Amino acid sequence: MINKIVQSIAEALQGVKDGSTVLMGGFGAVGQPDELIEGLIEQGAKDLTVVANNAGAGRVGLAKLMEAGRVRKIICSFPRSAGSVVFEELYRAGKLELEIVPQGTLAERMRAAGAGIAAFYTPTGAGTKLAQGKEVREFNGRPHVMEYALKGDLALVEAWEGDRWGNLTYRESGRNFNPVMATAATLTVAQVHHIRELGEIAPDNIHTPGIFVNRVVRVQRGAPWV
Amino acid sequence: MTWNRTQMAARVAQDIPEGWFVNLGIGIPTMVADHVPAEREVILHSENGILGMGPAPAPDKVNAWLVNAGKQPVTLRPGGSFFHHADSFAMIRGGHIDLCVLGAFEVAENGDIANWATSENDTAPAVGGAMDLAAGAKRLWVVMEHTTKDGKPKLVESCGYPLTAMGVVQRVYTNLAVVDVVPGRGFVVKEIVPGLSLAELQAKTGAKLNTDA
Repeated sequence: MINKIVQSIAEALQGVKDGSTVLMGGFGAVGQPDELIEGLIEQGAKDLTVVANNAGAGRVGLAKLMEAGRVRKIICSFPRSAGSVVFEELYRAGKLELEIVPQGTLAERMRAAGAGIAAFYTPTGAGTKLAQGKEVREFNGRPHVMEYALKGDLALVEAWEGDRWGNLTYRESGRNFNPVMATAATLTVAQVHHIRELGEIAPDNIHTPGIFVNRVVRVQRGAPWV
Repeated sequence: MTWNRTQMAARVAQDIPEGWFVNLGIGIPTMVADHVPAEREVILHSENGILGMGPAPAPDKVNAWLVNAGKQPVTLRPGGSFFHHADSFAMIRGGHIDLCVLGAFEVAENGDIANWATSENDTAPAVGGAMDLAAGAKRLWVVMEHTTKDGKPKLVESCGYPLTAMGVVQRVYTNLAVVDVVPGRGFVVKEIVPGLSLAELQAKTGAKLNTDA
């Protein structure tokens, strides 16, 4: 019997290695798998490269992991936001490497990784300093920047429901980067609000089919703090 | 006179026809939504995976799962939908969004826009979806003050700040005027606030203003 449901955060994060590239879902606090992210502190992996839209806020979740000194580099579109104090401190102190990627390019680089596409060309960023050092080719009279696929060793996603085959649904704008990241990592771990029996989630309503998911863990949490 | 922020937003809204898919940036662009009459169906897109976004909820009706690109609580109109980030940016990058309205630090007469970083050595810039929107939307309109707080022109011959995208701005709404950006012609004045002459507007502008007259 296939059973991807694990009983604890520790079990969900077993085997994560130092130096891993970790994709973390969420847009701000919504859809962000904070329990799994904080679980990495206990788990102990260090020298991590984190891929996320934002660079954490307050002193929870990603900010807490960064504060614990586990993150070497962050790849994101919007590091500065209300409450991104830990990021600001570490970045100013030179303790954190930063790669800024336009948000759509960030999503597409992971989509490409999940779909077996090595690289692609996009007009986004052409002629800007984010294109410096990158190959540029003209298509239909317009310069396009070459961007590489971005693959994770680990993806941490937050979903609304999950079943033992790893099928997932998301809630409202909590979907955001989660389904894309789920496709783009060697090991995909989902924290869910509800475990459903196999067949209970209507097939038409499954957002991420279980093929992309390795482990599912239920966490007790309320609505995202906004 | 000058237009205030609310009037600038209302002036932009006036030009948005029924049926357009529109993405509004943070700041004055967000206020544009409040000035589209309810009976005119304009579908708002939010980069974090929403089409058919509605106004902010009443304080006791906040849904923590439903936020806009600025992470503020919003609502969903009947007919609205949710989708993931790659689909959301396929809408933007694939030319499916009819209009994007953004704020800016500078707009150049060739349509270049600078709106994401204020200097080359900005320590930790944040680009978000600005470059995707600027490069991918069918139309890009900018709404911004005509000059900086200390009177420096923001409509210029070429941008001094780091670019967001090249040659993409089609129209600029300021507190003083509505100005089109026309390939080969540069800035073309469409409308000036009452009481201000073209010469006075030109004096506050860092590039040549043309007129259709």
